[in-house]
Order: sequence, then C-alpha cells, then structure tokens
Amino acid sequence: MIYVVIIFLWTSILLYILLGGADFGAGIIELFTSKTNKAKTRKTMYKAIGPIWEANHMWLIIAVVILFVGFPKIYTTISVYLHIPLVCMLLGIIARGTAFVFRNYDAVKDDMQKVYTPIFVYSSLITPFFLGIIAASSVSGQIDPQANDFVSAYIFSWLNWFSVAVGIFTVSICGFLAIIFIIGQTDNDGDRQHFVGKAKRAIFIVMFCGALVFAAAYAEHIPLATWIFGDTPGLIAIIAASISLIIMFYALNKDKPILLRLLAGFQVAMILFAATYTHFPDIVLLKNGENLSLVAHQGQVKTIASLGYALLIGSLFILPALVYLIYIFQKPKEIIADH
Amino acid sequence: MDDFLAARLQMAFSLGFHIVFACIGMVMPFFMSLAHFYWLRTKKVVYRDVTKAWSKGVAIFFATGAVSGTVLSFELGLLWPKFMEHAGPIFGMPFSLEGTAFFIEAIALGFYLYGWNRLNPWFHWATGVVVGISGLLSGILVVAANAWMNSPAGFDYVNGQYLNIDPIKAMFNEAWFSQSLHMCIAAFVSTGFAVAGIHALMILKGKSVKFHSTAFKIAAVFGTVAACLQPLSGDISAKDVAKRQPEKLAAMEAHFHTERFAPLIIGGIPDTANKKVDYAIRIPGLLSFMATGDFNGEVKGLDSVPQEDQPPVTVTHYAFQIMVGLGMAMVLIAVLYFIALWKKKDWLRSRWLLKLFVIATPLGFIALEAGWTVTEVGRQPWIIRGVMRTADAVTPMPGIAYSFYLFTAVYISLAVIVSLLLFRQISMVDKLYDSANQSKDEQL
Repeated sequence: MIYVVIIFLWTSILLYILLGGADFGAGIIELFTSKTNKAKTRKTMYKAIGPIWEANHMWLIIAVVILFVGFPKIYTTISVYLHIPLVCMLLGIIARGTAFVFRNYDAVKDDMQKVYTPIFVYSSLITPFFLGIIAASSVSGQIDPQANDFVSAYIFSWLNWFSVAVGIFTVSICGFLAIIFIIGQTDNDGDRQHFVGKAKRAIFIVMFCGALVFAAAYAEHIPLATWIFGDTPGLIAIIAASISLIIMFYALNKDKPILLRLLAGFQVAMILFAATYTHFPDIVLLKNGENLSLVAHQGQVKTIASLGYALLIGSLFILPALVYLIYIFQKPKEIIADH
Repeated sequence: MDDFLAARLQMAFSLGFHIVFACIGMVMPFFMSLAHFYWLRTKKVVYRDVTKAWSKGVAIFFATGAVSGTVLSFELGLLWPKFMEHAGPIFGMPFSLEGTAFFIEAIALGFYLYGWNRLNPWFHWATGVVVGISGLLSGILVVAANAWMNSPAGFDYVNGQYLNIDPIKAMFNEAWFSQSLHMCIAAFVSTGFAVAGIHALMILKGKSVKFHSTAFKIAAVFGTVAACLQPLSGDISAKDVAKRQPEKLAAMEAHFHTERFAPLIIGGIPDTANKKVDYAIRIPGLLSFMATGDFNGEVKGLDSVPQEDQPPVTVTHYAFQIMVGLGMAMVLIAVLYFIALWKKKDWLRSRWLLKLFVIATPLGFIALEAGWTVTEVGRQPWIIRGVMRTADAVTPMPGIAYSFYLFTAVYISLAVIVSLLLFRQISMVDKLYDSANQSKDEQL
C-alpha cells in the first residue's frame, strides 16, 4: 500500500505542476506580454481555464495531506526549516487565488482592476518561484537540524544559488506550459502564429534556465549531473524528453495542439522523474547526511492502509468528474434553450 | 510578543477568518439550489435572477475559503510541527477524505458556474446541489478532526509513544457527532441570518423589492429553522462536554467548585483569584439538570483538575455567554417570523420585522466565532487533550510575531476587499440580475 500512496503523492505533485503551473504561467505571460496583446492573451486563456481553475489547485492540497498523514516527519521537517519560503509561497497563493476571482467577479469594472491585475500577475510569478526553491532545498542538503543560529537554520536552509536557479526554472516551465496550452485555445490563424512564435522562444528560455540550474549546482558543489545522468532510468528519461522536444517543433509547425499538450506534459513528467528517481525513496536530504525517506519514515501500517484506500476511493469520484468537466468545456459550445 | 502567543493568535486569526468563508461556502449553495429549483419548476424569472446573483457570491466565498483553507493545511505544520508529527497519522483520515470532498466541490462548482445554457438544466441544477453536499461533508470531516483534539481516540499513549494507531477509530471519536452537528447547524444559522439581513436592508431601501423579497424569504426560512434547532444540538453538546471534558464545561460556566444542585450562572464577572463570580444571575440546580438530566446531579468544577491543567476561565465564560445570548436572540426573532408566516401575515409587510433582521445580520457569525472560541480556548492548555500541551507543540523557529503581523494584515485586507465586492454586487442587483427592472427600463 505504501507504493500506492507514493504514486499518488508523485502524481499529485506532477498534476499540480502541470495544471496549476499552466495557471501560474497564464499570469506570468500576461506580465511579459506587450500592452496590445494583453487583452487577447487574457481572453483566450480564461475562456478555457475558468471552469477547471479551482480544481487545478486542489492537487497541492492532496499532496500536502498525503505528506502530513503518511509521512509526518518529512512534512514537519520541511515546515520547520523551510518556514520562510513556505510563507512566501502561501502569500502568493492567497494573493493569486483571490485576485483572480476578484477581477472576474467585481460587479463594477473600474480602477480596482488596476489593483487586482498587478497582484494577480506578480503573485503568479512569486508562487512557482518559491515552489521551486522549496523543491530544490529539499535535496540541496542545506537543511541542518543541528544548526544553532537563526540564519543557518532558517535562512541558509533554502537561500543558495541552486535553489534560486530551480525557482527560476520552475517559473520558466509554468510560462512554457501556459503558452502550449493557449495555442489550442486560439480561434484564428493570426493568434495561433503569434503564440507558436512565443512557444518557440519559451522553449529556448526553459533550456537556458535548465542550464542555469546545472551551473548553479556546480557552483554549490551539488552533484546534480551525477544524479541525473548517473543512473540509467534518469538518463533514459532525459533522452526521452529531448526526443519529444524535437517532435514538439514538428507539432508546432504542423499545428497539432493536442499532441503539443501531451508532449509538454510528457517532458515535465520526465524532468520530475529524473529529478526524483535518483534519490528515491529519499525525499529530503539533510546536511548531517541523514536522509528522510518515504519508506523509512512512513506512518504506521493502519495509517498508510487507510490513507491508500481513501485515495483510491477518492480518485474513483474525482477522476471521472474531472475528465467530464474538461471534456464538456472543451467541446464547441452548444446552447441549450429554455434555460 | 512572545512566539507562543503569536503562534496561537495567528492560528486563531487564520481559523477565525476561514470559518466564515467556509460556512458561507457550504451553506449558500443550498440557498442557491433551492432558488434554482423554483426557477426550473415555476419558470418565474425572479428565481433565476436570485440564483445567478447568489452564485456569484458562492464563487467569491468559495475561492477565498479555498485559499485560506490551503494556507491552514500548511500552517498546521508551520506553527505546530510537534503536534502534526504525532497527530497527522492518527487524525489524518478525515483530512484525506476531506481532500476528496473538497475536490468534488471545486469540480461541481466549475460545472455550475459555467454551465448556464450549456448543460442539461436538471444536470446543471444537480451540480449545484453537489457543491452544497460536498461542502457540508468537508465541514463535517474537518470538525471531526478538531473533535479528535478534544476527545483523542484511536491510539495508545505509552511512555510518550503513540502506538496501535487506528485512524478510523480516531475519526469516529466520541466528540465528532455532537461537534459536527453543532457546527453545521451554526453554519446555517449564521449564513441564513447574514443573507436575510442584507436582503432585508435592500427591501427597506425600496430597491428591487420583488427580487430581494424572494431572496429574503429563502434565507430567512433556512436561518430561522436552523436557529430553533440549534438549542437542541447545544443540549447534546453540553451533556457530551460535561461527560468528556468537565473542565471545559466548568470554564464555560465559570463553575469553580464541584457540587451537586449546581446553579446555572448567567453573565457575571469571574474572579479567578477568589474563585467566585460576581454580579451573576444564578438559577439554582439548572446546570446540574442541563449537564446530567438530574437537578441533584454532580457537576465537576474547575477544582476537579490540577491548576496547571485548567483552561482560562474568563475568555471561555464570556465567549460562551455571548454565543448562548445571541443564539437565544435569534431564536426569538425566529419565533416572531414564524408567527408572521402563519398567523399574522401583515407583520411580513411591516418595517419593524425587517429592521429586526437587519440588526441580526452579524449576530450569527459573532455567535459562531464565540462558540469556536469556547471550544478552542476551553481545551487549553492542551492541544491534544490530556496528551500534548499546546506550548510543547509550537515551532522552534523564533520571530513568529512577524509572521502573525503579516498574516493579520493580509486577512484584514482580504476582508476589506471581499466586503467591497459584496457591497458592489448587492448595489448592482437592479442592473445585473433583476430582469423585472431591466424590462421596465426598456419600456421607458
């Protein structure tokens, strides 16, 4: 049962990065879009994203619940030593979630929109940045339970070049996902060409940020290259992602929006796989060399069993409903009269 | 400010904020679905207008409740890591189920908000009902987790070890039913009165009267029926607390000494130094009767537990008095409303009854916050009653005061913006939602 729980944890994190990430990306590209194209980007995006918007962010809650129920030691260690980036991420989540709804549901469209929009776009940038920092900090080996001063216990646990680079990389992935998603939502050729051009640029930005991560890891003496390329499955994942990138350029030129989305999802899944496989089942690496493992630090038998069953039963309800929701609102609109 | 106090205040603020949005988010969908049902059945446009207006409210409150809930799931670890390290695996079952319920709620809300003219009308209606039911389930589950802190179950505590964990037993702890019942009814009372009060105000102002009267009636019926049920659920809770947590009941009642034929103490100023209550109204024997069903039953006082295990009396007592007092006030209004509905129809058109509802707008939520204060402060000094002290659970990170200031500022700004949004929605009713008003404009 522990492996069922671990698969759910991994999948929730992946889906949060993919679906939540595309949402964050929408705000990020709004930030980096010229004034003339802003309205177009926003409209295209929210026509599709509106109905599934809340659901996309539920994956984070599922992941957190799995952590604190099944792996309490891991949850509390992260909570204590990464308190500050977690608070920053939470502030981002609050600001973004509320600003999104406020700007859509304010009955009067006036200058208040000038308050909501900047909050929305900047929090879209901040949230995945700190999410990346948190993820990187869990493996960068800087969390030090023996530290006895504030700075080394609570600041340098997460503040280093490697974490910052992963934060930037996460932001770039979110932007990339949003652009790939938006291509399928355009309704005319001009817009499509516009976003295809953007997508190509986004791919290079993601690759550049990826290189930045390796450079930062090298500077911080983190053996990232050995981790990723050192064992066969990780290497295969990276090769598969690279091949899919070539197919992606083909799909971009041939205008195949569904294939594009699948490829983008596949690439992110491969990156996450390569990044997590190498340490598995360890998930947090501490400075003193003690690692927190999903297997060694799991809860008691009955806890894991009931968590596993709760997740399995839950997914029987959630997944069909979610698929139907996405299906209904991707269909061309048919008006049902008398309603 | 010391870190422990700051952590407690931050948690209290976060929960106090979330509880309002969560309650509205779980009750409003029922109002909305009922209006929607009338629209599908009667085809009277005013019901559709009310449904649409309320669905905007649901969207705003759900989104705010969802983010504040997300924050809470992290705050548990950020502020109380020692607690979560041991409690997470034991009381996690309701949280993992709540994850599902909450997810379903978000999906159903997506269908509902964007489903107008796109879905089969009755399927569309049903998604609205699912929003309400899954919201209610979420509420019951979360309160079951809180109940476990009052009534720990599903593990053996041996030499500081938590052994033989059974999450199912933990979820169905002794307090889960009485607490969840009381909370759910409270959500209906407070939301019903708040919504009814706002619509009553608009009727008094003479704006879109038909629209607001329709909305008022649905909310007022829900709120008043729930208000009359609440004392019954309160009685179940009181008897339960008397049995399980006598020290909490003692703090609620400022009942310092164990005695038979114990009086019910109403109001008064607790004097903790001399262990007595000044200026209070005492009804002899009533507390014994309420707690045990027997006027001569023994009610344990605060002196039944050692000094260091006693909850703070003053806050608990006042909060309890506020909750009961406001609850009774709402029962009174409810009774007047029922008389108006059945016997004195002309009261329904009178301004004084509407004014009464306007005054009562915030009462439900004040009572709700007070009741929540009772259950949380009344559990102190424990975070897991009898097992772990709150002071032992707090994070080792210093400087929590700054985090408290930060979150307080965020929650206050959010409250201000949500109020502004709500105000704007309401003042735009005649333009956005009231089709009766729109057709009149066209004729002119």
